[in-house]
Amino acid sequence: MMTAVAQWRRRRLFIGDRDRRPVMTLFIEQCLNGLQFGLLLFLLAAGLTLVFGIMDLVNLAHGSLYMLGAYFAATFAAWTGSFVFGAVLALGATLLVGMAVEVIAMRRLYGRDHLDHVLATFGLILFFDELVRLIWGAGGMSLPLPSWLNTSVRVLPGVDYSAYKLSIIVVSLAVAAFLYFLIMRTRLGMLIRAGASNREMVGALGVNIKLLFTLVFGLGAALAGLAGLMQAPILTVQIGMGENILILAFVITVIGGIGSIRGAFVAAILVGFIDTLGRAYFTDLLRLAFTKETAATAAPALSSMLIYLLMAIVLVIRPEGLFPASSK
Amino acid sequence: MTPTFNLRTTVGLLLLLALVLLPVYVELTGSRFLLTLFTRIVILALAAVSLNLILGYGGMMSFGHAAYLGIGGYAVGMLAFEGITSGFVQWPVALLVSAFFAFVIGALSLRTRGVYFIMITLAFAQMAYYIVAGLARYGGDDGLTIEKRSQFIAPINLSNKVQFYYICLVLLCGAIYLVWRLVNSRFGMALQGARSNDTRMRAIGFPTYHYKLIGFVIAGTLCGLAGALLANHTDFVSPAMMYWTRSGDLIIMVVLGGMGSTFGPLFGAVALLVLEEVLSGITEHWQIILGPLLLLVVLFARGGIDGLLGKAHHG
Amino acid sequence: MRKVLLAASAAVLLAVGPATAQNKSIKIGFISTFSGPVAVIGNDMRNSFELALDHMGRKMGGLSVEVVYEDDGFKPEVGKQKTDKLIESDKVDFIVGYIWSNVLLASMKSAVDAKTFLITSNAGPHQVAGEQCSPFIFSTSWQNDQTPQAMGHYMNQKGVKTAFLIGPNYAAGKDMLGGVASTFKGKIVGQELTKWPDQLDFSAELAKAKAEKPDAIFVFYPGKAGVQFLSQYAQSGLKGQIPLYTAFTIDELSLPLQKDLALGVPGAQEWVNDLPNDANKKFVADYLKKYPGLRPSFYGAQTYDAANLIASAVEATNGNLSDKVAVQKALEKADFKSVRGNFRFNTNHMPIQNFYLQDAVKDQDGNYVLKTVATIVEDNQDRFVTQCHMK
Repeated sequence: MMTAVAQWRRRRLFIGDRDRRPVMTLFIEQCLNGLQFGLLLFLLAAGLTLVFGIMDLVNLAHGSLYMLGAYFAATFAAWTGSFVFGAVLALGATLLVGMAVEVIAMRRLYGRDHLDHVLATFGLILFFDELVRLIWGAGGMSLPLPSWLNTSVRVLPGVDYSAYKLSIIVVSLAVAAFLYFLIMRTRLGMLIRAGASNREMVGALGVNIKLLFTLVFGLGAALAGLAGLMQAPILTVQIGMGENILILAFVITVIGGIGSIRGAFVAAILVGFIDTLGRAYFTDLLRLAFTKETAATAAPALSSMLIYLLMAIVLVIRPEGLFPASSK
Repeated sequence: MTPTFNLRTTVGLLLLLALVLLPVYVELTGSRFLLTLFTRIVILALAAVSLNLILGYGGMMSFGHAAYLGIGGYAVGMLAFEGITSGFVQWPVALLVSAFFAFVIGALSLRTRGVYFIMITLAFAQMAYYIVAGLARYGGDDGLTIEKRSQFIAPINLSNKVQFYYICLVLLCGAIYLVWRLVNSRFGMALQGARSNDTRMRAIGFPTYHYKLIGFVIAGTLCGLAGALLANHTDFVSPAMMYWTRSGDLIIMVVLGGMGSTFGPLFGAVALLVLEEVLSGITEHWQIILGPLLLLVVLFARGGIDGLLGKAHHG
Repeated sequence: MRKVLLAASAAVLLAVGPATAQNKSIKIGFISTFSGPVAVIGNDMRNSFELALDHMGRKMGGLSVEVVYEDDGFKPEVGKQKTDKLIESDKVDFIVGYIWSNVLLASMKSAVDAKTFLITSNAGPHQVAGEQCSPFIFSTSWQNDQTPQAMGHYMNQKGVKTAFLIGPNYAAGKDMLGGVASTFKGKIVGQELTKWPDQLDFSAELAKAKAEKPDAIFVFYPGKAGVQFLSQYAQSGLKGQIPLYTAFTIDELSLPLQKDLALGVPGAQEWVNDLPNDANKKFVADYLKKYPGLRPSFYGAQTYDAANLIASAVEATNGNLSDKVAVQKALEKADFKSVRGNFRFNTNHMPIQNFYLQDAVKDQDGNYVLKTVATIVEDNQDRFVTQCHMK
């Protein structure tokens, strides 16, 4: 003989207990996804921000290096039959291509107007897209996961996460740590930091600027290639894959501060979380008010917009970015 | 202020003449596809002319100019979808909405300089892209078919391809003339002055921010008009119209043709699109030529086609 | 001067191009996707079309056949552009192809306005079967809803009480999920539409499905996405826990990549490669011979049928394609031997056909193949025929 309110309360208690756990595990999983995506973006943005900061070069073709990394990995993995071996070879190949591009094309662009950079590197995008089509054909490629990575790992009780994605997180963090060590603790890193804050001075001090620039560009290319090959098994290996993600990399570079690795790291994680959590939760949020299709269509759009909004806000409030590298 | 008649102007006027006579040629050869191709060239030339105003003369590198193509196009598309097919409503709405967006985007973006300006205009354009892609009612990513073109009073019938072509051509000529008058006026001089040395212009007393903003809005509105025309031309709008790579295409047209020149954007649009057609007929892999070609133009032919013509005249 | 001359000569080059006299040969435009990860589908369609032409000696009704292949790049606006080009520049007599519903929807108006016959050999958005049906549009595939509707029937037969639906958010995806919902008698405990074609990471949707604990999950992901989905389905630990029911996710093209992941996952289809009629036996046998290492998929089978459909119309009208009404009537007769067995059109130019249950198995050579297990529905009509104005 319970009152209606008491009955309702009792039912709520049961339901509350039951559906809190899946909601929590889903949230943790989404956070991990956001972290993974953010770290991948960091790898891409790190190279971009370095090149931008040190050589003052706007390189739109950075996405092409990302694409090449994926294609190389797919090819070498198929040749050698080993995923890891293929990945290592691909890294080396992308590094070489990056350095070659720097010597042949980029060198002539230093000191020129940013508009010239944009145009020239836009032309390079077209060139690389076609080159890939010529060599590998129009159909794209696939990079299958080795079976030892194609399982799930119990990260927390009730939370099963893909082993491969976990390995992406681990590898990216390792690379980030390596970059930190390189930039902060080695002579090369010191030169890089100096170059980012005052280019002319470094040249005046007698450092072999040409070699430094080639190395930095190569490093950026290798990072982009790593990002490309790591996402290949779970996302895609196709022509033009660089264009979509390049924009995000630029946004991250601007938010973080041009020339700053630390800034790129923070901004990338931020963007990764906003994008992933936005896409996941906006859909549900919108579904309260709209139809399923409208929600499904609008959610990714909204979360993408958020990222650009963030960049616009940062540019208006703090135009040099969150962690500006250069000091004038 | 009479126009100087040199090689560049002569070629430009001859090209316009050729465009005027094109439908005659099409009638004789029965090659209707040429008419479709050149209508598209004329419309994109109009967009390039608008970009040239702010990029060529004003020095404002907007990487989000294609957004106005989309805004103008979707204004027409959305109204047509809702049953409002009168061009007298659609086109003014397209122009007004484009002007409004250009005002807002310009007001915010012009506070920044250099690469930041590029990035923020890009950001706004992408936001517009995502807003439109998120509208399930209007097709989202799938795009929206326009069943009936903008209706005006008879005898104007946009579905008549020849008529439509001439309307676009008249508007293009009008735009070229408008921009020419603008840049040769006090306003235009101030704009160009701001491009070469903003600080000095402000020191003299010109409110460069205001001038730039006005230029930005005019450019956006003209591009919105191009968007409305494009929507009618293809009977279809999709968010892809305003993806950032489209803005890149427009910039290429302006630079290839010669920045800051009267007929430059026209040269650029014709060159790029005709080259695209011809090359893709020869080989599937034509872009492998276009890519390095751009690089070479940037490195060696700074003034674009117009610059080459100017040099040919002088030397 | 040079600029103008260049433009003029380019124009001449273009004009000289396609100058065909009336019906000396049959010109067919073919639109599909030949780039990107889904190029395998386009290639299969092209291979099948070419095989059909070989079988008829590259002549239809005594006239030689010329095919122009165009790539829609998986984008609606590009598909539309290419359709326009085929109609205006190449002046084709028929247009065939269209994998994707959104590409077809964007391109239809051009064909209908120009009164050019369009045969879709895959895409089947409900608009084409219903309110936007046209005397000039025919389908040798199906209407999107039909296949998942058959799946819905099968799920009822298996006693599934609750289901979670996952699919891509574009014209066909919405049709597919709607199709299942229209015949499935149980409760749909959740539905997720994912961003298409960019989103290839389904972990969030799979996690949501897991949380709802349904009896079954229904999924539609064509091409590469199907491979990704099955792989992630296994990775999320759901394989063996919650059974999967599919439409257009497992086919001869994706199966070699999905391998063991596809075993035991049922799908519905209007054509499976072991259908026991003569035309089909010849099609499959000759395909395997002509293209070693490849197997034909339903995309190809539908395109093979389209070629024969067109040929039958050309023969019936003696190559006189300018009489559009006669061509339409000839097409409507569908007087050709289909690889599906009996083939006939409904009043809205969509086929009336059977749907079969297919299962993925390993044959004695260790290859992964699809097998017909049962007939789910016979002579199935799409549910939009009443909305079509053609009676």
